[in-house]
Amino acid sequence: MYQVHFIAFDGQRRSVQAGEGESLMRAATDNAVPGIDGDCGGLCACGTCHVYVQSPWAEHLQTMDSSEHNMLEFVSERRDSSRLACQISMSAELDGIEVHMPDGQH
Amino acid sequence: MNLSNAEVQAAARAEAFSMPIDQIDPGTPAYFENDTVGHYFERLRRDDPVHHCVSPLYGPYWSITRFQDIMHVDMNHGIFSSDWSKGGVSIFDLPTDQKMRNFISMDPPLHDVQRKAVSPIVAPGNLANMEGLIRERTCTVLDSLPRGETFNWVDRVSIELTTLMLATLFDFPMEERRLLTHWSDVATAIQSIDPRAPSPEQRMAELQKMAGYFTKLWNERVNAAPRFDLISMLAHNPATRHMSPLEFMGNLVLLIVGGNDTTRNSMSGGLLALHNNPSEWNKLRANPGLAESMVSEIIRWQTPLAHMRRTALQDTEVAGKLIKKGDKVVMWYLSGNRDEESIPNASQFIIDRPRVRQHLSFGFGIHRCVGNRLAEMQLRILWEEILKRFPVIEVVGDPVRVRSPFVRGFTELPVRIPV
Repeated sequence: MYQVHFIAFDGQRRSVQAGEGESLMRAATDNAVPGIDGDCGGLCACGTCHVYVQSPWAEHLQTMDSSEHNMLEFVSERRDSSRLACQISMSAELDGIEVHMPDGQH
Repeated sequence: MNLSNAEVQAAARAEAFSMPIDQIDPGTPAYFENDTVGHYFERLRRDDPVHHCVSPLYGPYWSITRFQDIMHVDMNHGIFSSDWSKGGVSIFDLPTDQKMRNFISMDPPLHDVQRKAVSPIVAPGNLANMEGLIRERTCTVLDSLPRGETFNWVDRVSIELTTLMLATLFDFPMEERRLLTHWSDVATAIQSIDPRAPSPEQRMAELQKMAGYFTKLWNERVNAAPRFDLISMLAHNPATRHMSPLEFMGNLVLLIVGGNDTTRNSMSGGLLALHNNPSEWNKLRANPGLAESMVSEIIRWQTPLAHMRRTALQDTEVAGKLIKKGDKVVMWYLSGNRDEESIPNASQFIIDRPRVRQHLSFGFGIHRCVGNRLAEMQLRILWEEILKRFPVIEVVGDPVRVRSPFVRGFTELPVRIPV
């Protein structure tokens, strides 16, 4: 199991365990981490697991595909570091990853 | 009253499961007025989930009835177009001059820029600002309800609360807010579906009046400093400030219907669902913290917009069926929301079901409902305040349902709050 740190908009930090290949969205919703909704269940269809991933973790993520890009087009407060947590799957090199959350999922 | 409804349901079920499959036209208006459409959808999901029929009202069209296939169509906007010039987003094919031109009925890139002009009003930060006002109004409306006498929940609560909200979003004159309700009803009423609806000429004349009224508001605001209401936002955004008159009318209809008919009918449908499922109401009374989860379940259960329509831009396959370029494709969200393969125990109303947010009522993909979080907040506050006041609200008669395959809703829900 790997560690994931979710940092809420108000700064509160929650750390959870996630297994190999598990998505960050699932790790958050299965552990009732507030701030990640995951309405579509992980199909990259809703944009309600929006997170910000900064360096050095961002460099380890897979390149964004067009459907993730499309959904991020319509989230509020999109930044260069914006990603969808359902499209990030856990692996050894992401052990200890920190992700920041927006002030709401929309 | 229960017996007659039970008889209607039994007869519809027998018909749905015995008629030749190619004769099933799930958009038949009476199925929605009688709330019997579920039987036909159940048959289709089982026997012909991607179903073609030729309808006397709508012509030939495909019905997509399973959750996963609906998700596939909704996500592939490059194949399945929403554009008004191809047919738009509803099962009806209106003449070109009556088609609504708005961002839900557009494909990228025009859709994207127009949607972004209005979406900040329902962004998380602004919702937090509006919560206090919504709660205050909800309290006022609930505290004004009569005790010990029968009244129409649709009018006194559902319409009143959603219209107040809409007037706020537009910064529309409060005392004339019921005009918004009227225009919303006119916009969705189609005479070929419901004979009581205004004629096409009357409908367009009413919508012209609506556009005229809003043009006055627009003219006041376009020359003033930008403010945080929908009209000012449209008037000041470069992507929307030069909209054609038809696009202006179309986007008004979209925002009025989107913010009105939908939440209104979930407010009525939720009460009816709890009335019909007393053990769930007991669960809620015992644990008011379930209100948030229940709101998602109510929105799934009601599915206030029963479908969205697309038009195929190329030949394509869905679940083994060949859909040809130009074909009309109807995603029946109402059916997908009852699909047992994707939603366990989908035919039951369960306010604390696992993964309650995974329903189709808001659509998915780039056209996903922009006001979803506002709608959820309005409904959550309504139920939080009901729970503080009324241990019991009795539904004392049959609801009257809208005769429409698009807006799944109610015109009457007679209720009584005990003294």
